[in-house]
Amino acid sequence: MSDANGTNGANPEKDLSASNLPGQRGDGGEEIRVQRGMFGANNGGDTSGYGGLVRSVRLPGEASRPYGGWFDEVADELEGALEEQGLVPGNAIEKTVVDRGELTFHIEREHLLRVAQTLRDDPALRFELCTGVSAVHYLHDKGRELHAVYHLRSITHNRLIRLEVSAPDSDPHIPSLVPVYPTNDWHERETYDFFGIIFDGHPALTRIMMPDDWQGHPQRKDYPLGGIAVEYKGAQIPAPDQRRSYS
Amino acid sequence: MSTQSASARETTEGTVYTVTGGDWDEVVQSAAKADDERIVVNMGPQHPSTHGVLRLILEIDGETVTEARCGIGYLHTGIEKNLEYRTWTQGTTFVTRMDYLTSFFNETAYCLAVEKLLGVEDQITERAKIIRVLLMELNRLSSHLVCIATGGMELGATTIMIYGFRDREMILDIYELITGLRMNHAYIRPGGLAQDLPPGAVDHIREFVKKMKKNLPEYDKLATGNPIFKARMQDVGYLDLAGCMALGATGPILRSTGLPHDLRKAQPYCDYETYDFDIPTADTCDSYGRFLIRLEEMRQSLRIVEQCLDRLQPGPVMVADKKIAWPAQLALGPDGLGNSLDHIKQIMGTSMEALIHHFKLVTEGFRVPPGQAYAAVESPKGELGVHAVSDGGTRPYRVHFRDPSFTNLQAMAAMCEGGQVADVIVAVASIDPVMGGVDR
Repeated sequence: MSDANGTNGANPEKDLSASNLPGQRGDGGEEIRVQRGMFGANNGGDTSGYGGLVRSVRLPGEASRPYGGWFDEVADELEGALEEQGLVPGNAIEKTVVDRGELTFHIEREHLLRVAQTLRDDPALRFELCTGVSAVHYLHDKGRELHAVYHLRSITHNRLIRLEVSAPDSDPHIPSLVPVYPTNDWHERETYDFFGIIFDGHPALTRIMMPDDWQGHPQRKDYPLGGIAVEYKGAQIPAPDQRRSYS
Repeated sequence: MSTQSASARETTEGTVYTVTGGDWDEVVQSAAKADDERIVVNMGPQHPSTHGVLRLILEIDGETVTEARCGIGYLHTGIEKNLEYRTWTQGTTFVTRMDYLTSFFNETAYCLAVEKLLGVEDQITERAKIIRVLLMELNRLSSHLVCIATGGMELGATTIMIYGFRDREMILDIYELITGLRMNHAYIRPGGLAQDLPPGAVDHIREFVKKMKKNLPEYDKLATGNPIFKARMQDVGYLDLAGCMALGATGPILRSTGLPHDLRKAQPYCDYETYDFDIPTADTCDSYGRFLIRLEEMRQSLRIVEQCLDRLQPGPVMVADKKIAWPAQLALGPDGLGNSLDHIKQIMGTSMEALIHHFKLVTEGFRVPPGQAYAAVESPKGELGVHAVSDGGTRPYRVHFRDPSFTNLQAMAAMCEGGQVADVIVAVASIDPVMGGVDR
């Protein structure tokens, strides 16, 4: 389609600049996977010609000070409050990431409960509302496969931050936040149900969505979606997880 | 006539009755025979007053509920898992089915998260944002109408049910006119909207606003001052501010404690800060307060809808970036809504590049830079949050919905324990859970 100028809208100089290319973040950030080939074809002979392609998947990495805006204030207050409790902030806070206008603290799991309590109770922080826990399964990030992600909202200061805690698949234990944020009761059960993360200290960590006798944890990346091929207008359409993937 | 509706068996915990329908009297009688006051009753998952397939497990002592628990998961459909196997654009088709009464909120929250990941928030056109707000506020009306209607029906007030569904029908007609569907629209897409408003939509909505302004006071007349209604609702389902904060309850439940927390004001999105509206609160912490808040929110939504209509100016409804925006124009064909024949004629007949571009964008989708984003909107039920993670591919790596119904339903135990069995219905209705959203 042509745009108002009568051209096809292409602008090689702008379109090919590094910042405009999708899926690339240079060498910075944290590598979570190295992908080889294309279209999800990794068994059998490569007929696509893309078999030699190597792509490094990188998530935004650690940010350096100043973080900007109120981020520094929150980080300072949190570090100060942890120090007051005799904790070395560097031990509790693994790293701090600032990306897309959002502040993320990566917390060591053994200190999660203390950090959450501080965030909730310190008058300068006052993150009184937890919006529950979500999880992500980074199958290829060895030793840090399971991530639990918490979003904390401060109504007092009108702020939102994210806590991220990782655990290896071989030891999927993360302390429960239910003692600090009772709202996480069902959220942690859901995350346990779907990812198999065991929240230590949860009052009754049972399945919540899947039947009690279900085998496996469906949201994990090594758990297949399932489904059957269907016929449409004479052609066999494969099940969704068998279709060509461009990721 | 005597029917055996509850079979009994002895366990180490005592006598357990399995109730399979029948008369309440008989259950009570057989329980009384056992000389044990403790009865555990399963209400649902097919009970008419539990808003879909919600199972309430009540331990009762006479008419008093001593313990109350929820059993959920009966409507789990694996939407979050499925999203990981479709393109980012196809995602809207799934998320719209989560909380099926608040489709436009699900779509908007999801699209806001995807747009944040893409970094195109600033490029969303004015018209697209206004139409999003317009549809969300109409959606707030239709969701609250269902809440009030079904809530009334559960109290035996069938008139209010008829009124609610009558008015909701008018809103569904608007949806049908704009998106082609009464529910499950997939109309809001990453980058803007699927298509522009059809001709006549603005006049149709203005006509609706006029009618709705006439109809809304009827709810006041029928229910607000009604002594029976008040007697059933007041001081029932009590949850104070500390309870809300601990249990993460948001929306009308939180505002019924007097805290005017609303993301439209606190963390505005879609230019909500430029609209003129109030956040109603109550200080009663009970079901009646929540009812009044919903009623007032409907009036405020009408105000916002009117402002949207006044602001609408012709313009694009999709970002200009052709790497995100689908090139297709939709048109109504003999087999339903699809790509317009003019567009197909153009890409098939005149431009090879346009054909390739169209094909790649539709089958492959666009790539989203790696990272994660959280976007939240104020749905009629509370904070609807979307946590979206991309690994740089054309499909989401993970999308999690923080559905307000799911979180708010946890408060059921706190609201019901110590109260009467009949009040459980009222308390659950005031939470307004929709199982499609709870179970996803």
